[in-house]
Amino acid sequence: MSETGRRGWRLVVVAVAAFVVVPVGLVAVSILTPSTEVWSFLWGTDLPDMLVTTVVLLVAVVGCTLLLGAGLAWLVGRYRFPGQRWFSWLLVLPLAVPAYVLGFVYLGLLDYPGPVQSGLRTLFGDNVWFPEVRTLPMAVLVLSLALYPYVYLLARAALTEQTAATYEAARVLGQGPLQAARRVVLPMARPSLAAGAALVAMETLTDFATVQYFNVQTVSVAVYQVWNGMYDRVAASEIASLVLLFAIAVIGLERVARGRARFHQNGGARTVDPVHLSGAKAWAATGICSLVVAVTFVVPVLQLLAWSSTATVLSSTGGLDPRYLSYLLNSLTIATLTALACATIAVLVASATRLGGGTSTRRLARLATVGYAVPGPVVAIGVLAMLAAADAALDLVGLSWGAVLVTGTLVGLLYAYIVRFLALAYTSVDASLEKVAPSITDAALTLGAAPRGVVRRVHVPLVRSGVGVALVLVAVDALKELPVVLLLRPFGFETLAIWVYQLASESRWELAGLPALTIVAVAVVPVIWLFRQTLQLASQLPPETVREGPDEHLVRGGERGQS
Amino acid sequence: MASPELSTRYAAPLRTAPVLELCDLSKRFGDVLALDRVSLQVSAAELLAVVGPSGCGKSTMLRAVAGLLAADSGEIWAGGRQVAGPRTFVPPERRNVGVVFQDLALFPHLDVASNVVFGLRRRDRGRQQRVREVLDLVGLDGLGQRFPHELSGGEQQRVALARALAPDPSVVLLDEPFSHLDRNLRTLVREHTVQVLHAAGATGVFVTHDQEEALAAGDRVAVMHAGRLEQVDVPEQVFHNPTSRFVATFLGEADFVRGERVGDRAHTAFGTLPVTTPGVGPCQVMLRPHEVAMEPADSGSGVVVRTEFRGALVLHHVRFADGSTLRGVRPHSSPLAVGTRVRVRPLVDHPLAVFAA
Repeated sequence: MSETGRRGWRLVVVAVAAFVVVPVGLVAVSILTPSTEVWSFLWGTDLPDMLVTTVVLLVAVVGCTLLLGAGLAWLVGRYRFPGQRWFSWLLVLPLAVPAYVLGFVYLGLLDYPGPVQSGLRTLFGDNVWFPEVRTLPMAVLVLSLALYPYVYLLARAALTEQTAATYEAARVLGQGPLQAARRVVLPMARPSLAAGAALVAMETLTDFATVQYFNVQTVSVAVYQVWNGMYDRVAASEIASLVLLFAIAVIGLERVARGRARFHQNGGARTVDPVHLSGAKAWAATGICSLVVAVTFVVPVLQLLAWSSTATVLSSTGGLDPRYLSYLLNSLTIATLTALACATIAVLVASATRLGGGTSTRRLARLATVGYAVPGPVVAIGVLAMLAAADAALDLVGLSWGAVLVTGTLVGLLYAYIVRFLALAYTSVDASLEKVAPSITDAALTLGAAPRGVVRRVHVPLVRSGVGVALVLVAVDALKELPVVLLLRPFGFETLAIWVYQLASESRWELAGLPALTIVAVAVVPVIWLFRQTLQLASQLPPETVREGPDEHLVRGGERGQS
Repeated sequence: MASPELSTRYAAPLRTAPVLELCDLSKRFGDVLALDRVSLQVSAAELLAVVGPSGCGKSTMLRAVAGLLAADSGEIWAGGRQVAGPRTFVPPERRNVGVVFQDLALFPHLDVASNVVFGLRRRDRGRQQRVREVLDLVGLDGLGQRFPHELSGGEQQRVALARALAPDPSVVLLDEPFSHLDRNLRTLVREHTVQVLHAAGATGVFVTHDQEEALAAGDRVAVMHAGRLEQVDVPEQVFHNPTSRFVATFLGEADFVRGERVGDRAHTAFGTLPVTTPGVGPCQVMLRPHEVAMEPADSGSGVVVRTEFRGALVLHHVRFADGSTLRGVRPHSSPLAVGTRVRVRPLVDHPLAVFAA
């Protein structure tokens, strides 16, 4: 790293960090400056109930995902059974099915007019009992099934990182396999589990679409309703600050759960020998994994396929709904713009931390990735507040197209997406640049290349793979993102995700099938590609390199940036 | 050119005007003084070896000269202009200083020719010619289309050297350039590098922690310790006439024998020995093992307490009645057994370094 420090490059990092932090800061400010009239009004509404619901939902979803994610990771990590190798990555597939898709599929399947209940009625008569579907427990179930892969990925990484020596030491010291697991393996995996749980909690806080299918009212739903129903930015901002408080509490709890634990194991060591299951136990293991994959991926995809085909058959023209292509184009446009912007900023910031020098620059760069740890509604409301301020400023100088800026263009949406997804791009690019020795940068400088030339001629070609990863990950995330786009879309701007949500809210499952299927098809790409990379790496490189494999790209960004 | 004031203040034996000059250069990292008022001059076409234990500040010095690090105070003059000073800091890309990095830092995405051409201006018409010239100089002609990972360690080393030389820098800095090579290859590559630098007429500074390397390759050797330059002189002088005990012991094995100095001689238990610095009173005379011979003798004052096989020679540790020890060598064909009583005799053909008692 050049230690001579270049102010210009440091300023780049400062600017990007400010760009990301200011919207969040604006929401944080409304925590500190509560408006009494707004609150006395809000307190009279359902808000207190919503707070309770949010807590219950968070606790339940985190608990379920921990059990499911860590349990499955343990199963495929420590045992060998038929299909184990396939399941170890098939279990990641649910990442490709957003909760708002999984939610409406099961709503369609299980609701009163759906095939399951109709079938039961034909079999057992009209009075057959079936649990109420649009309830909190069902919301918990759907969110848990959609979000458990976060815990699963981190737990699996933690398990594979653990060396045989630690486990064997426990065994030699007189602990049985389960005791060793409880006293050594689990405590050592705790930081990863805490990180996974925090990630799940953030996603749960961000969501206000899925829970609405199930008539569950959380504070995030309140933000949406207040903004979308009343366009009351102040009230929305006040509620968003509540969401932010939840997020801060989650990060605090993660810190506590992680404790002072910083477990580093020597790389390249042998991992614990897996246990070969046989007979009933083996088939039970296979059965459990098959069930999870079926419920979270196969059934939803099949159902979406079925709905898409009926919808095409049913439509009067027999062809594609014309809206489909135009919404797809909108989705692709915003996804491409976001991906390009995030990748460019990520390359700039990563290069700037090298050329700018100093630990303060590095810390600032991390600050620029905090957006991933902030729930979507908070980012959206923060960006709204910023645009409103810009609007006011423009009014002052006599330009009144500020209002257009807020509601008429993609600026706000793009801004919020960059805040939210920059971490994803930055971690990929930075990981790539990290592999380029600092002396390479120094060599280019001493050979007379100006800093900009160093970025163009050396950094960019060398981090190309990282930029590719960043582009794909950000584009896919932006394409399937729902809450932020619902809050910030320009008037009349529809995307596939919005369309799915609207059709699902109106219980028009058949029509929602095709756009939902499209989203799943796109989102499955990085998962499969991640799997291929893992396989390639595993066959080519020593184990310590595999650990830094692309697995973490999906998850790293969410590790609260500062970890 | 350096200011007249500077060039008169440092009266070192220079063949020509200095191409590189450091003046009172200091740099502090927290509590550690990495550079402590370092002053140094390197003349044209000279190769200076900077040697010292790890952490002595030698790499810091190199990075300061290259502009990869800003010193806290002091001045650096390179190629006749000030590149660092109280109000001056020329960034690395405008210093025209070539660097061969410890890990070579070849650009992995560029082939050999593109690596070498990297530092040449785009407008430079003759740059392809220059690339051929430099590759020819280091003996890599014909390998221009290879990628770094397709080359052997020695060849990569040559590419790094060619790349640093291509823009015709005022000074070439080499940071532990041979440390990644295995021992056998290291000597070959080092000799080749020195030849190339001399053939190119380049002014060079190379940093190493290996004293043999420094003595063998440097036209002059600068010994560094805890951020300070302890001694800068030709290899023979720093080896035989060290100015400090640190230099004496760092550059090779050395024992110190008590004596009484009278003029340019010192009276010791092993006879009267010539010393470099005249004086009067108690002193310590430096003896290196190759200067200490021994014969078995029942009347001898020492006893062999330990032997170390060194290949051609065998190192003998001899202990005397007063508890002091001295190391000497014998040919491998006639080693002495531990416990042999010996008489020790210094083999002196030059005045010995002497230090205050």
